This record gives sequence, C-alpha cells and structure tokens, in this order.
Amino acid sequence: MSSATSAFSRRFRTGGQYRRFLSHVLLTAFSFVFVTPILWLLVTSIKSDKDLYAIPPVFFPKHPRWENYADVFKVIDFPGMTWNTFLVSALSVIGVLISAPLVAYACSHIEWRGKNIVFAIVIGTLLLPYQVTMIPTYIIWGKLGLIGTYVPLVLPAFLSAGAGYYIFMLRQFFMTLPVSLVQAAKIDGASEMRIYLQILLPLCKPIIATVGVLLFLATWSDFLGPLLYLNNEKDYTLSLGLYSFMQTHYIMWEKLMAAAAMFTVPIIVLFFFAQKQLIEGIKLTGIKG
Amino acid sequence: MIKKATITGLLFSSPFLIGFALFTLYPIGASLVYSFTDFNMFKSPTWVGFDNYRWVFQEDEVWKSIRNTLYMVAFATPISLIVGLLLAQMLNIKVRGQSIYRTLFYIPSIVPAIATSLVWMWVLNPKSGLINTALDYIGIRGPNWLLDPVWTKPALIMMGAWGAGGTMIIFLAALQDVPRSLYESAEIDGAGKVRKFMNITLPTISPIILFQLIIGLITYFQYFAQAFMVASMSNSGSVQTMAGPEKSLLFYAILLYREAFVDFRMGHASAMAWVLFVITSVVTYVIFRTSNRWVTYGGD
Repeated sequence: MSSATSAFSRRFRTGGQYRRFLSHVLLTAFSFVFVTPILWLLVTSIKSDKDLYAIPPVFFPKHPRWENYADVFKVIDFPGMTWNTFLVSALSVIGVLISAPLVAYACSHIEWRGKNIVFAIVIGTLLLPYQVTMIPTYIIWGKLGLIGTYVPLVLPAFLSAGAGYYIFMLRQFFMTLPVSLVQAAKIDGASEMRIYLQILLPLCKPIIATVGVLLFLATWSDFLGPLLYLNNEKDYTLSLGLYSFMQTHYIMWEKLMAAAAMFTVPIIVLFFFAQKQLIEGIKLTGIKG
Repeated sequence: MIKKATITGLLFSSPFLIGFALFTLYPIGASLVYSFTDFNMFKSPTWVGFDNYRWVFQEDEVWKSIRNTLYMVAFATPISLIVGLLLAQMLNIKVRGQSIYRTLFYIPSIVPAIATSLVWMWVLNPKSGLINTALDYIGIRGPNWLLDPVWTKPALIMMGAWGAGGTMIIFLAALQDVPRSLYESAEIDGAGKVRKFMNITLPTISPIILFQLIIGLITYFQYFAQAFMVASMSNSGSVQTMAGPEKSLLFYAILLYREAFVDFRMGHASAMAWVLFVITSVVTYVIFRTSNRWVTYGGD
C-alpha cells in the first residue's frame, strides 16, 4: 500500500516537473510573440533611415539615433498634446467616479421601485451602438457652439453617459457587500447619503480605483471622440495628433515609431504602478460571474 | 404619497438618468427622425420618407461594408475570445513568474488603438517588416499584408488577437474561481485534461464566455479606429474614401462616419445607424435566447 502510494507520488511529481517545464516553454514562446512588436517599436524609434530598410535587417541599431525623438518634438507639440490627453482623461475619470457609484448604489442597496428598471437601462446602454447617438449628440454640441472644445468629451462623463460598463462593474461589486451592513446603519438612523459616503465608499476603494484605471486607459486611447470634436491642432489629444502626424510623415517610420513610443510608454508605466489594483479589482467584481 | 425610498433612489440615480435622457434617449429619438429626412446640418431637415433606408439596402458600398464587418464579427470575435481563454488557461497553473507572463500578455491590450495600428503597419511591412522577414527565414514569401485585399482583414484579426489580454484577465479571474473539488472528483473518475476542460472548465465559466462574446460582437460591429488608421494609410484609395485596398477595409462604422462627417449626409448615416442598431439587437437577442443551451448558471 505505502509503496504503491510513494510510486504514485513519485510519478506524479516527475510528471509535474515535466509539465511545469513544458508550460514555461509555452509561456515564454507566447510572451515572445506578444512582446516582440513592442520591442520592434522601440528599436525602430532609434534607427536611422538607413537601418530601417537594411538587408539583412538590423534588430538593434549600431548607432542609436535618439534625435528621432527630438525631431518629433520639432514637428508636433508633444508636451501640449500629452497635457490635453491627460486633462480630458483625468476629467472624464473624475466625472464618472462621482456619478457612477451613485447610480450603482441605487441599483443595489436602496430598496425602491425603480431599482431594476434603472439597472435594465444601464445594461441597455451597454448594448446600444455609439453610432446611433453620435449624430444627434454632435448636432446638439454644434448648436451650443461647443464643438472644438473639451466640453463634449468631458461633460457627459459627469452624468455617467457612456459609462454603462463601469456602472455595471460597480453595481456587481456593491451586490457582494452584505445587506446587513447597510441595514444596521439604517436602524441606527443614518441617512442613505451618510451610509453611502461613510460606509459604502470606503469599502469600495479597490473597485473604484480599478474603474478609474480602466477608464483612464480607455479615454487616453480614445480616437473617435477627439476626431469628431477637436479641430484645432493645439487642442489635439495624442491619438489625434499621432493620426495627423502619420498623414504627413507616413514614410518616416523611425519618427512615427518615436512618436508612438512616447504615446505608449507612459501608459505602460502607469499600468505597472496600477497593475495589482487592476487585477485585484477585476477579481472583485462580478464581471467574472 | 411617494415613498421616501423612491425619492432617495431617484436622487441617487438622477445624474445618470439626466445623462441618459440628454445623451441617449433624446439622440435615439432624434436619429430615428433624421433617418427619414434629407439633412446636411447646414439646412434644416426635409422629410423624405423611406428614401434613406432604400438607399441603405440598394447601395453597393453599404453591402460591401456589411460583408467586411460580418467578416470581422465572425472571425475576430471568436479568435480573440479563444486566444484570451488560451492565455488564461496557460496562466492558470502555479508556475514561477506567473505574474510576469501575465503582465507581458496584458500589455499589448493597453496600447492605444492608433499606436497599435501604427506598430502593426510597420511589423507587417511587406519588405522589411518583422513578420515577412521571419517568414523569409523559413522560405515563405509573406503576403503584401495591408495592400492585398485578401490579407487586410486577417492582418486586423491578428492585431485584435494581439490585444486579447483584457479578455484574458477576466477569464483568468473566472478560471481561478472554478472550485478545485470539481476537478478532483473528475480526476477520481479518470477524466483527462481535455475532458476536464470540456466538462468542467467550460460549463463553469460559460456565463463569462457569454458576456465576453456579446461585448466582443458589439465591439466588432462598431469596428472603427484601427481600420480607419490603416485605411487612410494604405495609399491605394485616397484618404477621402477611407476604404483601403479594393474597399477591403470599408467597415460599416467607417462608411457611416464618412457619410455623416465627410459628405454631410446625415439622413443616410442615421438610417445606417438604425439598421446597425436593429442588427446588433437581433444578434444579441438570438444569442441570449439560445444561450441556455450552452450556458449553465450553477450555484456553487
């Protein structure tokens, strides 16, 4: 009996080691595939135009040409566009983080008649194509004379417009909090607003941070919004700036890559700081089930 | 008398409800009205009945864009889901460096769409691009990816799969929630890896697959930024058509954008938007209704 067990465990252990080795090989191979385009972007950004089309191709240039970055700065107002993008993203995040948890709370811990109706509306907006509302919304902003400003990009966030996904995430998380918590506070005579501000929100810091990061990433990358609403180059966000830079410099790949690198690297750095938060937060929400 | 809870509920929902009324409900109504008018934004709309819808169903470019879009929906959605699930499954074991691998898989998904397109346009460069160079080494002549109408969409699908990290993270969280006991009892019954995956993993995470599938479908029905970038780059076809080689990149959202904001035919564009709305609603509804055949909501 005992010898059978040990034989079994030995086989199991070696099998485990073999399997572990195999999965490392697999994981490394896949990592290579996923990371190489980014490395290619970075090395291209410091190539000279001779290295660009060299045969056989050079991976890392012998004489890195850092001037590509300086050249980008000369052509487009990179710091200005970064600031614009940051401004739009930060304001959108603030707007959604103020308004979305409120409605998520109304869809989870307040017992009222509209609870399920409002939640159904939230889900409905998730399924509605952006194209349906795009034109009338554009016309409204046009009539108000606000096209060419950041208002159309930022103001809707304060009313949670287009934030269905985030409301859903928040609501799913709120549902995991025990009802007893809220009820006990109610019995003590606390108002809904106090319960919300002093009990609920402090418990929701992780999920709120996750929503903030996801939303920041999404607005930082947004293209269609700025394409519709911004028409002065000095107001451009990075997506739009990169797009127009490409149209004028589309053969100068080393400069395009330098610009793309400056657009992408900050967001990757942000991700490294926020990584744990982001992944923990996704685990916390009901999105997974 | 209105109950106090109702007032509180309304108050808490009011920012969202005001936003919904202004930026969703009113625009839905207005776009329905515009879809029956001739409207160029400079003059007030004139009623034309079903003309715009007739145009939608008779215009060759619309059909072309529907075919292109369905191609992406049919291939890019499942491929991105499968890649996301595959990556998650590979990570769902205890190996050293798991979090490093996870980070590396995830990073491409946060690269902004415009930058992603730019990087891939260079990676797919027929002469000096990474992929064709690699293919060269093993003696294959790579295609002219973004200039050959046969290969433009596969190239975009590849770009989509590269960004499957977001899906992966959600699948990974779901996989880690599958109760160990289920696997253990299956092992006692002598189930192998494949059978455990098919009989335990997939059914348990099927609600998340459904959710991701629907989000994926909706995303690809509205596919825009990446293709817009690639299409305005490929020199065949001027910027104004935004269609790519032989209109192979003329997606529905791109044609709609062009009708509305390049040619100022708001009526056409609004009718297109409503057709899109109906198509996505029907597809979502059908998937929901048939999902009870493959989605299991087990309490655990």
